[in-house]
Amino acid sequence: MIAVMIGISVIVFGLSRLTGDPRLLYMTQGTRWSQEVWDARGRELGLDKPMVIQYLVWAGNAVKGDFGQSLWHKRNSLKIIIEKVPATIQLSGISYLMAIVLGVTLGTISAVTRGTLIDIAVRSFALVGQAAPPFWLALILIYIFAVYLDWLPTSRRGDWTNFVLPATTLAWLGSAALTRLTRSSLLEVLDSEYIKLARAKGVAGSTVIIKHALKNALIPPLTVAAVLFASFLTGTVVVETVFAWPGLGRLAVDATKNNDFPLVTGITVIFAAMFLFSSLMADLLYAYIDPRIRIYDS
Amino acid sequence: MIRDTPLPDTTSDRRGFQVPVLGTLYQWVRRYPVLPVIIAVGLAIMAIFAPWVAPNHPLESELDKLAAPPVWVEGGSWDYVLGADKIGRDLLSRIIHGSRISLSVAFIVIICGSVIGSGIGIASGMAGGIWDEFAMRIVDLVYATPFLLIALVAAVVFGASLELVLILLTIFSWPIFARQTRGLTLQLKNMDYVASSRVASASEFRIAYRHILPGVVNTIVVIATLQIGSLILTESVLSYLGVGIPAPQPAWGSMVADGREFITTAWWVPVMPGGAIFLTVFAFNFIGDWLRDYLDPRLRQIN
Repeated sequence: MIAVMIGISVIVFGLSRLTGDPRLLYMTQGTRWSQEVWDARGRELGLDKPMVIQYLVWAGNAVKGDFGQSLWHKRNSLKIIIEKVPATIQLSGISYLMAIVLGVTLGTISAVTRGTLIDIAVRSFALVGQAAPPFWLALILIYIFAVYLDWLPTSRRGDWTNFVLPATTLAWLGSAALTRLTRSSLLEVLDSEYIKLARAKGVAGSTVIIKHALKNALIPPLTVAAVLFASFLTGTVVVETVFAWPGLGRLAVDATKNNDFPLVTGITVIFAAMFLFSSLMADLLYAYIDPRIRIYDS
Repeated sequence: MIRDTPLPDTTSDRRGFQVPVLGTLYQWVRRYPVLPVIIAVGLAIMAIFAPWVAPNHPLESELDKLAAPPVWVEGGSWDYVLGADKIGRDLLSRIIHGSRISLSVAFIVIICGSVIGSGIGIASGMAGGIWDEFAMRIVDLVYATPFLLIALVAAVVFGASLELVLILLTIFSWPIFARQTRGLTLQLKNMDYVASSRVASASEFRIAYRHILPGVVNTIVVIATLQIGSLILTESVLSYLGVGIPAPQPAWGSMVADGREFITTAWWVPVMPGGAIFLTVFAFNFIGDWLRDYLDPRLRQIN
């Protein structure tokens, strides 16, 4: 956990030192610094010291939440980032829940109705979700629901109607893998002896599925779902850009366009931390739903 | 209590379909991926012979064709089958030329990634011990890194370029090969035939090459095919965000990005190139799924 975080910080730090003088990255383009400022910045970043010390200086500041002043906004990067966190958590959280509910439900429906038109429809839905580029899916939904039918707003944050399109886009993409996994895992379980026994005893069809089969069949999809949250965080980068959603992802893309190095590194480190936190949660959840792995492992 | 509702027969007959005609057709398509193969081969031909296949020049614009609609929409013409973009460049020709970029990026990366990844995977599986541990921690690290964000940082530092896209995608594509081949190598290296060849004083390299590699090559091919789709998607996302292949190269992702404000007035400008990405990824995913079921069903958990 901590080792991975250190690894990621080394990558980000390394990128800043791979090109010429890192001071250039902290300079707004087109401006000039006087010799004194230039030297002072060098001492501040520890450029006169060995790499290891430079890294420790950088990492020490990062731990304190100091990624440097944003070149574009002229404010502390961390403050800007924190302002944008709620919007991203809101969007990714809602669409994440939608994706899990959608994936499990559709997967179950398609396993139970295997071979019928419903099954084929559900599987096509999942295949589209796996192959469509996120920005394209978003644009098509915008065209259909916001332009052609004019039911929903196209972008920005506001009341719940603004949630519908971005959340649906993310949920569709996220639920695709879950749907397929739920389907195949449920089909496998339905093949097993204890299900046959339950059926032979005369347990009703829906009860067999809900009480007996799903309990075991949901273990693989739920494990994947737990890991999936990380990809939702990345997915928000694209979806927020398309829908002009004022969150972290869009901030990162804008900062990239403005060559705002301190801000981009700040967002990356924050994202990495959220990434790791979600995978830690995934591990804990995994141990909770599948008692067989609870004992060992660190 | 006994209920007489007919249960869906999911227990025994895997071939039973309730919609005879459509079901059989679907099953047949599933068994032989004809359409995806046609799409993939068509794309390859398009990419290789782009200058001859494309009806117009991808970078030249015609001023009387600004945002001309595709042929089946009112006002469209056969000159510009899929319509034209905002400065009057033929969309179809641009998509055809764009296929060169998307496909070659995906193929170069997948070849580099699979060679590096399976090399490291086999080596670390054979070596074991501290090297194995080290290599697998690196794999964990790459898995835990938010790729897109690192790509953004790199784009700020180095500026967006084709080389950067290739390097970034390769760095993030090898771990899956390493992890899978390592697992298999651990199983294979305890086989009797490996022990015998060691007794016959074969070198470690020879064992890896002659006895382990043939056992993992199926897995490598399946993962590679499944990865092509996601690589094309990732490359298009990078280009869409403006940190991928720089203009004026007609990369599919940046074509969508260029046309996005036209979604209200000329929907085909962003939708057509995105459709090309979708079809391509769909075809490769389908072929990958099929190959996996055919060559290596064990990998079903990967997606």
